[in-house]
Amino acid sequence: MAESRLSVKVIPTLRKDLLLASLKRGERLDGRGMQEYRSVKLQCNVVGKAEGSALVQLGNTKVIAGLKTVLTNPFPDAPDQGVLIVNAELTPLASPLFEPGPPREEDIELARIVDRGIRSAPAIDFGKLSIIPGSKVWGLFIDIYPLDYDGNLVDAAGMAAMAALLSGKVPKTAVEDNRVVVLEEKENLPVLTKVAFVTIAKVGEFLLVDPSLEEEMLADARITFSFTERGEICAIQKMGAGSFSIEEILEAQELAEKASKQVFQVLSQIA
Amino acid sequence: MLPVAMQGAQRILVPGEVVAERSGRRGVEVEGAVYRTDSQYRAKTLSVARYDERGEVLRVIPLKGKYIPSVGDIVIGIVVEVGFTSWLVDINSPYTAVLPVSEVSPRPVTIPRSDLSKILDEGDLILAKVISFDKTKDPVLTVKESKLGKIQRGLLVEISPKKVPRVIGRKGSMIKLIESMLDTEVIVGQNGRILVVGRDRRREEIAALVIKKIEAEAHTEGLTSRIKEYIEGML
Amino acid sequence: MSRKVQAVKLLDEQGRRVDGRLPDELRPLKIEVGKLKNADGSAYVELGNNKVIAAVYGPREVIPRHEALPDKALLRCRYSMLPFSVVERKSPQPTRREIEISKVVREALAPAVFLEEYPRTAIDVYVHVIEADGGTRTASIIAAATALADAGIAMRDLVAAVAIGKIGDVLVVDINGLEDQYGDGDMPIAMMPQLGEITLLQADGVFKPEEVRHALEMAFKHIRYIHSVQVRALKEAYARAEEGEIVG
Repeated sequence: MAESRLSVKVIPTLRKDLLLASLKRGERLDGRGMQEYRSVKLQCNVVGKAEGSALVQLGNTKVIAGLKTVLTNPFPDAPDQGVLIVNAELTPLASPLFEPGPPREEDIELARIVDRGIRSAPAIDFGKLSIIPGSKVWGLFIDIYPLDYDGNLVDAAGMAAMAALLSGKVPKTAVEDNRVVVLEEKENLPVLTKVAFVTIAKVGEFLLVDPSLEEEMLADARITFSFTERGEICAIQKMGAGSFSIEEILEAQELAEKASKQVFQVLSQIA
Repeated sequence: MLPVAMQGAQRILVPGEVVAERSGRRGVEVEGAVYRTDSQYRAKTLSVARYDERGEVLRVIPLKGKYIPSVGDIVIGIVVEVGFTSWLVDINSPYTAVLPVSEVSPRPVTIPRSDLSKILDEGDLILAKVISFDKTKDPVLTVKESKLGKIQRGLLVEISPKKVPRVIGRKGSMIKLIESMLDTEVIVGQNGRILVVGRDRRREEIAALVIKKIEAEAHTEGLTSRIKEYIEGML
Repeated sequence: MSRKVQAVKLLDEQGRRVDGRLPDELRPLKIEVGKLKNADGSAYVELGNNKVIAAVYGPREVIPRHEALPDKALLRCRYSMLPFSVVERKSPQPTRREIEISKVVREALAPAVFLEEYPRTAIDVYVHVIEADGGTRTASIIAAATALADAGIAMRDLVAAVAIGKIGDVLVVDINGLEDQYGDGDMPIAMMPQLGEITLLQADGVFKPEEVRHALEMAFKHIRYIHSVQVRALKEAYARAEEGEIVG
């Protein structure tokens, strides 16, 4: 994020001491347990013109994701598979820490983590999105925009993207004379599994689920695990300049798997 | 729209809203965040209009906004840069303040940069006073007066600068309540930063939570006793 | 865009528009204030199917410093449409249209702000269009002005806006997406409602000279209504301050 000295406040050491003291007592600054998610509010179909959309409020972090289904050519190495493109933009609307301009490494990393989780699981049966193999398939364009940044964009973005897929609709098609006719009628997307993204921050000796902004900024490092409903891991990303021991990684994985239940519970409201 | 005539009652104004007519009503003065057109006083910001105790002056007080320094303000600052003859200090304002080395020590000295960071380094908290500011230049601070200087201990709480009078309370009553019940000293910066210094960290934390609670809730008779109960419950 | 060929019948025999409105009817308007925590001020506006969110940061330090103005605040504005806000997905890169709208929105707001009160600072306004249906620039101005007030920034007045369109010889208020695409004229207008001053005026299509006055008068009437909705939204958001506040 923006590191200009005068635009980002120097965080006094008093604050990190306070956080560590609080964690030693088993409590975070906002009173949460170490493995507890902030309260989540999820609304689907918030954008009428999008084929799918969701607004997630995770504590004060707010992220909106929109799904547009676009008729497109398949990739040459996957002629009978639909296409998935995930894009994210951290705009200055959401935080004084974000700068205007073309996508930076944080924007791109966020998009690619969400993409990886959805693609690997796979959350969607991409084969069912093929219309004329080798020629025309459905492209799923997911665009992710944070509106308010208070830590842990990955989990909020992943939830919003997954919710947009679960609640979204794709038009039915017919093929006449080798041309695609897009029909009025719509159907659900071919979802194979829900995917949950769980991020853990390491602060000193402590592992915290769903870091707030302050915890993120004071953390040594973070790690995200993405899970299918079967508990399989479909994406991992370590973030930040610090390091984890092997034991810490495995402990984080266990904590994340347990915490993923909270995320799946939210997603089950939809379907 | 005629101003509300009852003492104590108040109304919310939006920018451009007419507060009072300039001619006509005898003895009504309008003070605060207003601007004048030919015939009217209009509000400049989101604000409240309230008569003073004697019902003669209508005060228009902004509800929100950044801290803009005034000469004489006591502020709590965070050192963000160590220079050659001065420090740059974040005072929670769109304007970054300057603390010249001449305002730290009564004796005139030229100190090389490496020594400057020995006096105050990046991240240090200071209690300072604004000695000059006219918007065309950065505000200038001093720590030469007694009780000013580097903050060695305590807990920093940040609130909206506009809420500072509410936290202080009428004639300082809220502050006195916190100080006596929690055996802490509460130092209020005009820039929305408050320092609580107590005999132990636990009491400081309670004081910090109490201040955030006062910021969040309106100050009524009920609030004073609610705060008392809250503190008692935490101790 | 072909203005003469009407692919859709925009006015029926009863004089009703495609969405059932009469020529002088505004779409439903909803305004919510202060929902974003990071922004110093924010407002969310729904005008018909348009959904926009505006966030204001400032006054704050100008980055880069050399762009600061010595005697007033630097007002900056970015209007952007999110890719899923339109029927055909829009690429995230800024388009020429977005750049122009960013400029005219800034110039619609600037006369209302006491920029001289905050020299050497920046006031940044960001607007995201979440869903578009004709009139996003007017909805953006409504949201941005409300957000500026919510941020506690000193202003002469709020700013409200509406677009007047033309279907054949009939002037219609607040054109939607279809009317914008197939109608015969589009005139967005912004005003400081209490001071009666125009701060944005554009037009495309063809207007007869006498229609301009008529359009401005029509707009002023609806702008005053929109202003009342902005005022109510702002006051409701701050209603709690009214309960027996004591100032030391």
